[in-house]
Amino acid sequence: MIVTILNIVIAGLLMGGIYALIAVGFSLQYGVARVLNVSHGEFMMLGAFITWMFYTVFGVNPLVSLAISGPITLIIGFLLHRTLLTHLRISSASLGVFEGKSMLASFGLLFIIQNIAILIWGNAVKGYTYLDSSVNIGGAIFAANRLVTLGFALVIGLVFYLFLARTRLGKAIRAAAQDPAAAGLMGVNINQVLAICFGFGALMAGFGGVLISMCFSIQPTMGFQFTVIAIIVVVLGGLGSIPGSFIGGFVLGLVGSIVSHWQPALSLAAYYMLFIVLLIVKPTGILGK
Amino acid sequence: MDIGRVFSKRSFVLGLLLLLLILLATSPLYSPRYTVVLLSNIFMYVVITVSWAIFSGPTGYISLAPAAFFGAGIYTSAILGKIFPLPAVIGIGGLASFCLALLVGALTLRLRGIYFTIFTFGLVELLRHLLLFWECTVMGRRGRIVIIVDNTTVYYFMLIIFVVLMLTAYLIRRSKLGLALQSIGEEEDAAAHTGVNVTMVKVITFAISAFFMGATGSIMATKWTYIDPYIAFNPLYSFMPVLMAIFGGMGHLCGPVIGAAIFTYLEEFLITRFPYYYMLIFGIILVIAIVYMPEGIVGLIGKLWNRTSARKPSHT
Repeated sequence: MIVTILNIVIAGLLMGGIYALIAVGFSLQYGVARVLNVSHGEFMMLGAFITWMFYTVFGVNPLVSLAISGPITLIIGFLLHRTLLTHLRISSASLGVFEGKSMLASFGLLFIIQNIAILIWGNAVKGYTYLDSSVNIGGAIFAANRLVTLGFALVIGLVFYLFLARTRLGKAIRAAAQDPAAAGLMGVNINQVLAICFGFGALMAGFGGVLISMCFSIQPTMGFQFTVIAIIVVVLGGLGSIPGSFIGGFVLGLVGSIVSHWQPALSLAAYYMLFIVLLIVKPTGILGK
Repeated sequence: MDIGRVFSKRSFVLGLLLLLLILLATSPLYSPRYTVVLLSNIFMYVVITVSWAIFSGPTGYISLAPAAFFGAGIYTSAILGKIFPLPAVIGIGGLASFCLALLVGALTLRLRGIYFTIFTFGLVELLRHLLLFWECTVMGRRGRIVIIVDNTTVYYFMLIIFVVLMLTAYLIRRSKLGLALQSIGEEEDAAAHTGVNVTMVKVITFAISAFFMGATGSIMATKWTYIDPYIAFNPLYSFMPVLMAIFGGMGHLCGPVIGAAIFTYLEEFLITRFPYYYMLIFGIILVIAIVYMPEGIVGLIGKLWNRTSARKPSHT
């Protein structure tokens, strides 16, 4: 019995770590840059495939790939915001219009990124093995790579939180989240900061992708399901709340793990159930104001 | 004099529409089979897009639920297709979506802005997964077979739905309901204060728009022969109408029609010419259209028209 509970809880936390990372990125993009980025999962897929390519072609350690995939997705995200989304933001009449249009533009980006990936890497399922020895935690057995994943997710989350809380750029980002116009008047280069935010969101997705590729097989079309999960987690934690998203990721991981223990086919349906009930009962999320 | 000009302009437009309708109604008699299939496909997207725009255009609520209503119609057709005649199936499919929309609308239309969008998006996914679970574990299968109907019949039913929808959309725009929707889009609280029953107006319009999506789903399902929850509740059917409406321009009734027609044709053209790059090109066109054509095609034409007519010396 205790082993079963341990099994469920640890499996939930392991999945939750990755969910949390992706959701923090999504939350940053929506909460600050106001882009409901439907192509968020595609950046994760890019991170996963870059890691896979470096590992199988050059033998680069996947954990070292964090330092390669991360910056690549960061730059792509930054440039996309600087070119397309900034233009859209300036030309939109109101914030509501921008939110709608940027969501649709990101839906177009989803097609573009996914199909470029298919052209480069093909549509087949890919994977590699790394650190797949088993570890015994009080009777529950897990692969070492999944535990490493959880550790890295926690460290990345913590570092990012400290970055937001302690640095000048972090302060500028928080100011832009509260009131972009006022932040601009206070000397924050608002276009630059929003683009950086969008880039950081992509970076988080890229990190998530690196960690995912260590544990699971990957495919160019896998992005959308993680976007959907990011949306659920972000609603769970409260739209725009970054600590909320981080915690929400673990909550969703646990929920998924509990449900799939009893009825594996229902775990996705359970996510949406939770999501829809939450939106009806408390749309601001568990940590919302 | 002025009245005479307005009158003749109106009868000219009416005559043009009538001519177009006659052309469309007789086209299966002389055009090749492929054209009929293509036209039914165009009608499908036009109907979904225009019915989406009936609700979301004036109110500004971006609904990502079309796939839910379309899928409800598809499943109605799969379940009842063998029992009832086709017109009854289409009617029931529309009604099923209508009821679903009433329920969803009553639950959710108090959510505003992006929350509503996210909710409708989640609804499609929830329905898809619940249905898949039901089919797999309770019924012990994944999908269903749909009875095939010949292309010409599908075409005529789509044409009828299209004409009824356009009349409905036109009447709603001209009626008190249309004004109420417009005022909700501009300032919802102010609309409520001036005596508009905001919730009622929103829910009813949402349900009317869902009716047409459901009816379309139940007729188009017959073309696929096999359906499962992943085909019926594909989120693509939620995003496409939104993109098509914005591409066409929502300022005018014909915007969504033009947008959907061009987009469907473009999709068909790209699939046959560039099978490997089609989705990529499609994505690029989407992004360019959204970023650089804020008013859509109709807005673009309007701008060009204003520019050319401004150059002419004015008579007064």
